[in-house]
Order: sequence, then structure tokens, then C-alpha cells
Amino acid sequence: MYTTDQYEGMLAETVVIQGANGDTIDAYFARPLGAGLFPGMVLIHHMPGWDEWYREATRRFAHHGYAALSPNLYERYGHGTPEDVAAAARADGGVPDDQAVADLAAAMRYLRALPYVSAKVGVFGTCSGGRHAVLAASRVAGFDAIVDCWGGGVVMGPDQLTPQRPVAPIDYTADLNCPILGLFGEEDHSPTVDEVARHEEALQRQGKEYEFHMYPDAGHGFFYYHRPSYRQAQAVDGWEKIWTFLGRKLAV
Amino acid sequence: MCTMIVQKVSLEGCGKGAGGWFDMNQANVSWDHPFHAPQEHALNIDFVNADQGPSARIAVELSVESARQLVETIQAVLAEAESRGHV
Repeated sequence: MYTTDQYEGMLAETVVIQGANGDTIDAYFARPLGAGLFPGMVLIHHMPGWDEWYREATRRFAHHGYAALSPNLYERYGHGTPEDVAAAARADGGVPDDQAVADLAAAMRYLRALPYVSAKVGVFGTCSGGRHAVLAASRVAGFDAIVDCWGGGVVMGPDQLTPQRPVAPIDYTADLNCPILGLFGEEDHSPTVDEVARHEEALQRQGKEYEFHMYPDAGHGFFYYHRPSYRQAQAVDGWEKIWTFLGRKLAV
Repeated sequence: MCTMIVQKVSLEGCGKGAGGWFDMNQANVSWDHPFHAPQEHALNIDFVNADQGPSARIAVELSVESARQLVETIQAVLAEAESRGHV
């Protein structure tokens, strides 16, 4: 519980990490000041890019006591406004899954190497980032908790598989070895209520630890206060569920 | 890219972006999340020159009805120009 007499300081800056194929990629890093130990969080930006909302979310995690790192998964498209860079990625149907997973694994290892980061590292993502969170934590050991916010494309039909996205994340469910919190909206078109139910069934069948919440009167991106999709009550409740879940799963 | 519905088409033309006029060589047409239009998904057209980096882009985000009307209007204008011998 945050109290007004508490000292608070934060460092937030761009850092460079070595991602997939040894490529250097930028990452936005925010952490509380102090010796720690702080749990780590990897934040995976959404389809609209490595943008201001993700800078704010990264600092928000730091405010809540996490060393938070958000890598730029669109680094290979060059630099410009987040929208222009994201548009280039959108034109390619997104980044290849293998590359994204390797970038996220690098971000997780970066956090684990820091002296003030605890032994616990979680991963958070929204939209395509929610899908990437599920994918990365299923394929790479070292993540201790997942927060998947309306990640579309976890469930994929054979006709949706591409060379860049050759396997549906749901098909890696057996390999998942950390708890997952999922936040979804009933009015979302991707993922649909049915797709979320299928993901839940798969987690249940494999005996995985999960906590899914399906919000009424909410669609895709209900945390985004700068979009018409914002839903105040659902967003407040969703953030509370995130802090409660991570507080339990990443306890130092 | 939540939908992955995207196609690219090569084209010749010029566009005026934030940095002034540039030669376009491609249009990327997608049905996916827009950046500004107030819908979950939109018909997005990015007129780009990929050789000039991500900033060489003119963005259009359309509703379904608007996109269909635009296609019909382009076809109608071209047909009229052809019928008058301009094309």
C-alpha cells in the first residue's frame, strides 16, 4: 500500500539491449530508486507501436515497485514516429514470432542480470503484446507470471498460420510453466469470447494455473484512455487485478 | 496486425507527407487497428516509399462504407476519363 510519507524515486530512460540475432534494440526502462530487490517486468507494446502509452505503463509499473523494461519490437523497421514505424510493421503482418520471442527473452535476461532485480520476472502485454506474452512465456523458461490483456491471435485456425506466425500460441500450452492472468472484453473481435473460452479450456485441460476475467461492456483496448475503447470502471478494476496478481506471483 | 489482413500493391505516384512531396512506390492496404480513427478496426491505406524509411508515409483510415465509396468513385472517374479519351 502506497502512503504519502513514503520516499519515492524513479529512474526512467532508454537503454540498449541485444535482441534476436544479436541485433541491438532500444528498450525503455523504468525502475524505482534503491537497492531493491525489485521484481522485474517485461512490457510488450501493442500493435500501434512502442508509443507514449507504453512509456507511461512502464513508469507505472516502476511506481508500483517493479523494474520494468519495454523493448522496441519494431526496431528493425527503423525510426520515426511510433505510428509510422508501427504502420511499416503492420504492412508486414507484424514481426516474426521467433524474433519477438528472442527479443523478449533478451529483455528478461537483461533484467535478471541486474543486481537490484529479484529472482522473479513477469511479462505484460496488450493486444499483439498479449499474444507475444503468452508465446514468450510458453517457449522460454525464466518468466514467473504472465499478464495477457486482450491478446488476439492466441487461438489461430490453420488458415491464419503464416511463415511469420507458424504456430498458434495455444498449441504451446503444455509448455507453459507460470501462472497467467487474462483480462478481456466481451465486445472484442480479437480475441472473441469463444476464443478466450477455448484458451481457458486448454489451460484447464493441461492443469495450468490461470485467472481469466471477461468484462461486460468492454471491447479491445479498454485501458487506452486516449481511445474511444476506454472503459473507466473496467480499467480501474483490471489494473487492481494486475497488482494483486503480480503481488502474489512475483513476491520478493 | 491483430487481424493480419493486409496486402501491398506497387504503384507510381507522388504524395505530400509531413516532410513535403515524395515519390510513392507502394500502398499498404490493411483491415486492422487504426491509429486515430475511432473504430476498433478500419480500412487503412498507407501510401509509402519504403526506401525512404517509415516516415515517408501518407496515412488514410476509412470506414467500410467510405472505403467502398472511394473505390467506386475512383473507378467512375477513370471510366469517365477513358470515355472522353483522356486516358
